Amino acid sequence: MTMTPFTAVTGAAAPLMRANVDTDVIIRIERLTAFQRDQLGPYAFEALRRRPDGSEDPQCVLNQPAFRRAPVLLAAENFGCGSSREGAVWALMGLGIRCVIAPSFGDIFFNNCFQNGVLPLRWPVAQVEALAAQCAGGAPVTVDLHAKTVTAPDGRVSSFDIDPLRREALLHGLDDIGLTLKDDALIREWQHADRARRPWAWPAAQGALA
Amino acid sequence: MARTLFDKLWDAHVVRALGDGWALLHIDRHLLHDLSGPPAMAEVAARGLPLHNPELDFATPDHAASSQPGRTPGTFALGGRLHGALRDLSAKSGVRFYDLGQPGQGIVHVMGPEMGIVLPGLTVICGDSHTCTNGGLGALAFGVGSSESTHALATQTLRQQKPRRMRIRCDGVLGAGVTAKDLALHIIGRLGAAAGVGYAVEFAGEAVRALDVEARLTLCNLTVELGARFGLIAPDQRTLDWVRGRPFAPTGAAFDDAATYWLSLASDDDAVFDREEVINAAAVAPTVTWGTSPEDAIAIDGHMPDPADPVDAPDEAVRGAIEAALAYMGLAPRAAIEGTPVDWVFIGSCANSRLSDLRAAADVARGRHVADGVTAWVVPGSENVKRAAEAEGLREVFEAAGFQWREPGCSMCVAANGEQVPPKARCVSTSNRNFVGRQGPGARTHLASPAMAAAAAVTGRITDVRNLA
Repeated sequence: MTMTPFTAVTGAAAPLMRANVDTDVIIRIERLTAFQRDQLGPYAFEALRRRPDGSEDPQCVLNQPAFRRAPVLLAAENFGCGSSREGAVWALMGLGIRCVIAPSFGDIFFNNCFQNGVLPLRWPVAQVEALAAQCAGGAPVTVDLHAKTVTAPDGRVSSFDIDPLRREALLHGLDDIGLTLKDDALIREWQHADRARRPWAWPAAQGALA
Repeated sequence: MARTLFDKLWDAHVVRALGDGWALLHIDRHLLHDLSGPPAMAEVAARGLPLHNPELDFATPDHAASSQPGRTPGTFALGGRLHGALRDLSAKSGVRFYDLGQPGQGIVHVMGPEMGIVLPGLTVICGDSHTCTNGGLGALAFGVGSSESTHALATQTLRQQKPRRMRIRCDGVLGAGVTAKDLALHIIGRLGAAAGVGYAVEFAGEAVRALDVEARLTLCNLTVELGARFGLIAPDQRTLDWVRGRPFAPTGAAFDDAATYWLSLASDDDAVFDREEVINAAAVAPTVTWGTSPEDAIAIDGHMPDPADPVDAPDEAVRGAIEAALAYMGLAPRAAIEGTPVDWVFIGSCANSRLSDLRAAADVARGRHVADGVTAWVVPGSENVKRAAEAEGLREVFEAAGFQWREPGCSMCVAANGEQVPPKARCVSTSNRNFVGRQGPGARTHLASPAMAAAAAVTGRITDVRNLA
């Protein structure tokens, strides 16, 4: 599966301003056993979007017409905490989300975003809240990774920092595995030396033990 | 230059520095389970690549395996499909596979250390956030998603950015009836569920040194609930004694060489951490959660927060969060946590399903009986734990007390195997996550230690185990 590049998106920014939204809330585990990765959108945020009887909860911001296909999600502290399931990112993508702006993210979720062409941006809480206030009616924002800027509905432009390696990979949809295998000779050399250095770290191939 | 335990582990695995704090890191062990293993293995095959080092990969079904006594792979149909995929892909690529009913099968983070697959000083990954558990042995162990798992299978490395380092020093000694689980919940309650974001956390201090190895695994298990991808404890003599003799541990002179190296991994005395916290372990009480984040942890004599109280709820966002959590949990503001009636008790999970955990729960269950209206399950963490517990009579203790004795796996911690707590039912669980819907849609989870869970089962209420003489 090659990664979708991320260059820029323009559209509504849905404000989901509650702390510690975990990956179980983003996608329930049994959906991951039952569905393929491109089928998860309808099940994203079930606990928030659906009432116990399965009907849509009109109160949920993600069900409001202005935010139904919002490409940007505004969130609070520790978004995507919890499990390592990459399905959480796939579920967001299934909803059309390509960028999440929050004060902090679960570390594994943060990594998983970059593997799938989703841009997570860390912003101070006051700045996320100010943007959320402007976007409340569905007014569009533009996130531009080339320029490293976010343009708010009022036209104000904020720039953001991003790790250069991460940015490069997102812009070009770089395939990490292909990149790493260019270093394979180095990896094998390291392993050869390590077998001498730490023989205890190298179990025999299957069949010899257990 | 003085280095921390984490620095030493990291430095020892750098194949190539990539700049800006990034490194191509060698991965020494890769654990594969039924949920995250098959897609990653299939993706490597789809790319036409072999597994780089199948002898470093180890597979076992845990997440989607039924825990029903007498189970087969197909007892839970979806799980049976995943089990078959993991078994077949492992066979095809030369990966060791520990099947249901075989010694070695179990929750990845229980079987890994137990088999000596995980050793001090190794880098260990798994498509599971609780891989940090293994840091209790002094391994650099962390959870990854599918893409990174695929990358590691194909290259035996990962491209990683070095996290910051935090040390949590736990002074004093835990009191009677207070466990590593209580200490972990206490720390998360005190520092918050996001405190560890961006950090590797080393646990140190007198209280940590005094923990046996299984308790260290429990403490490190909950590091991810503090927000950190890595939890670590320096290997010491207890670690060596625990590791010696395990199936994949080195033997003879090789063990001695390894042990010398493992003991050298401890943080240097003058090592500098990016953040330091101090916890008074002697003051920790049995601790339970009341809400829907592990940070909603309170002492057993504590009370629910009050959204109308400006101390509990300093701003609108916190007030809303408390109101939502109390409503979901069916609890009233300011009510005491102790005495809350329970419907279910789950003793298991990668946090607390090892032999020492089952012994602690059995000590409470012995000679007592599960209260009317309570369903109580014991799910051993692995086939080996199950057999050892049965050999010393724990199964009889639990069954005589009215607990169900089940087959090893993740079971009701993550409810990926069809085993769920019913909607609105209240469960005291020895697992690590009380998220909304985690144990099933609408399920209400209170995290606690095995002894506290057993106390809840026999009294039918959340109870201070120290008062059960």
